Amino acid sequence: MTTAVLFDNVSRHFGAVRAVDRVNLQIAEGEFFAMLGPSGSGKTTCLRLMAGFEQPTGGHIEIFGETAEGVPPYRRSVNTVFQDYALFPHLSILDNVAYGLMVKGAGREERRKSAEDALAMVKLPGYGTRRPGQLSGGQRQRVALARALVNKPKVLLLDEPLGALDLKLREQMQEELKSLQKSLGITFVFVTHDQGEALSMADRIAVFNEGRIQQLGSPEEVYNQPKTRFVADFVGSSNVLSARLCQKLGLRAAFASLRPEAIAIAAPHNGALSLSGTVVAQSFLGATNRIVVDVDGARIAVASPAAHGIPSIGSPVTISFAARDLHPMEDA
Amino acid sequence: MTIVAESSVLPERRGTVGRLSDFLWRHPHMLLAVLLGPPLVWLGIVYLGSLFALLLQSFFSIDDFSGLINYEFTLATYGQLLSETNLDIILRTVLMAATVTLASALIAFPIAYYAARYARGKWKALFYLGVMLPLWSSYLVKIYAWKLILAKEGILTWFFEKLNLLWLLDAWLALPVVGGNSLSVSYTGTFIVFVYVWMPFMILPIQAALERVPTNLIEASSDLGGTPAQTFRYVLFPLALPGIVAGSIFTFSLTLGDYIIPQIIGSSRLFIGQAVYAQQGTAGNIPLAAAFTVVPIVIMGAYLWMAKRMGAFDAL
Repeated sequence: MTTAVLFDNVSRHFGAVRAVDRVNLQIAEGEFFAMLGPSGSGKTTCLRLMAGFEQPTGGHIEIFGETAEGVPPYRRSVNTVFQDYALFPHLSILDNVAYGLMVKGAGREERRKSAEDALAMVKLPGYGTRRPGQLSGGQRQRVALARALVNKPKVLLLDEPLGALDLKLREQMQEELKSLQKSLGITFVFVTHDQGEALSMADRIAVFNEGRIQQLGSPEEVYNQPKTRFVADFVGSSNVLSARLCQKLGLRAAFASLRPEAIAIAAPHNGALSLSGTVVAQSFLGATNRIVVDVDGARIAVASPAAHGIPSIGSPVTISFAARDLHPMEDA
Repeated sequence: MTIVAESSVLPERRGTVGRLSDFLWRHPHMLLAVLLGPPLVWLGIVYLGSLFALLLQSFFSIDDFSGLINYEFTLATYGQLLSETNLDIILRTVLMAATVTLASALIAFPIAYYAARYARGKWKALFYLGVMLPLWSSYLVKIYAWKLILAKEGILTWFFEKLNLLWLLDAWLALPVVGGNSLSVSYTGTFIVFVYVWMPFMILPIQAALERVPTNLIEASSDLGGTPAQTFRYVLFPLALPGIVAGSIFTFSLTLGDYIIPQIIGSSRLFIGQAVYAQQGTAGNIPLAAAFTVVPIVIMGAYLWMAKRMGAFDAL
């Protein structure tokens, strides 16, 4: 397996701010890799380090085995889809898409043909003569994608590319991006703050916080077995059980995570764990009800199927869950 | 205590002002008319009206014997304008304006680029101060100061001497057309002072245009394989072009019309502004003076039309 991008102890400090702090990661060729985290967590700086817009203040970066430090963006076969697309407003859509080929000296006819193919690939054939200002957000997004892909990059970087789109369009683009990545076989590195997006699209996820990777693993691992309290909280808003509650359940750990959907409002089955408390809040979310239960002062969220009905606020309930759904975590 | 207001509609405010604000709120076009009316009247009648009155004069002629204006439509004055001496004046002025504009753009761009891309906070304030400061002092004082700087006994000659580069200055002054006895009586001197005086009018529009170019467009160009030179040529320059054109309109038209700088610094040969001044003042030939003022207007019109044809405003 070839390594597409390698970060070896990479840091990027801006004065006293450690935007990226000793990050290690290895992205395999053909992988769909997501960098997930809140704003200011260092994920975008990592992407900019790969693109070459930033230079590391420490550590070593390799792209397909070649040292990347000191290599300017225009000599990297890495292309970026920018957060707000960054289409050139003074050029037509066709010239925008053909820009990379133009600066590399491709002939006019070749440029036109490749750009039209790329536009067809993102389902915008015949849009070449328009200007970026005449397209909708979703269409500009596709143009930005075509403009990057026409250069046949070895790594495609996507900086929150779906952030500005509405929900329906976002879901559609998620699917399209995924199938495009599969068919092209290009390594995709994707930055997002939307955990749902990362979980549904990525082969692997790196969860960032405060310039560091908190956890790196498959979506299932990150979701089901969060290593730290931050990951548990950020990815799918898990319940975090304190040491006192853990002890009560017979678990020796500082903290443990418990998914809301792993909990049932019912008496325990054989071998299941249970806690009793009082319902303090409830809301209807469509397919599920979100019910918050107070257990000795700790608030535990339960995602209960809507068909099971809603217990009224103040009523005593017993919640139960399987022991294997309770995951011990490293730190606070 | 209740936090809900007692009535859903507040009572009308009394008095003329209260009724007036309600009325204007309901009729926003009226507000626009009130705000826009006076300046439009000013612009239409006082400003453009007087200009057209002047232009009308250019179609009259002057009686050579009595020196009185003959109020009959004729193109004779324009015939006079196209005489060899007057064409010389026009050509000289246009060439000067073109070189001044080109030099201003070349000098202004890096300064504007620095100010737009790198200067922040204190440095930005300092930039504005530095660019604007020369505009706050009297134009005449600056020009006389330059006369001293450029004079044969002036600081510039002294500086060249100290650097043992006097031969260079002398060689330049020995050149035909641009040379002369000293910088202060040469076209080179006129050129330097023009560039100095109009520089702020070139820097500020370019800086404003560059400020509007998002950084990520520069990054996108680089990301797609554009070298810094290509990024400048295909992205930065086209997007800054409206600013450059705006700045060049200032420097070009101001140079075309100025009559003080070439009078104080330079050879005694006339520029358009001086010709207008001489014709309407000493010579009392208002029609010819008016015909001379038409020249910059026609040139600027042609210049803007060409700039538009070449796509200078596509990025607006």
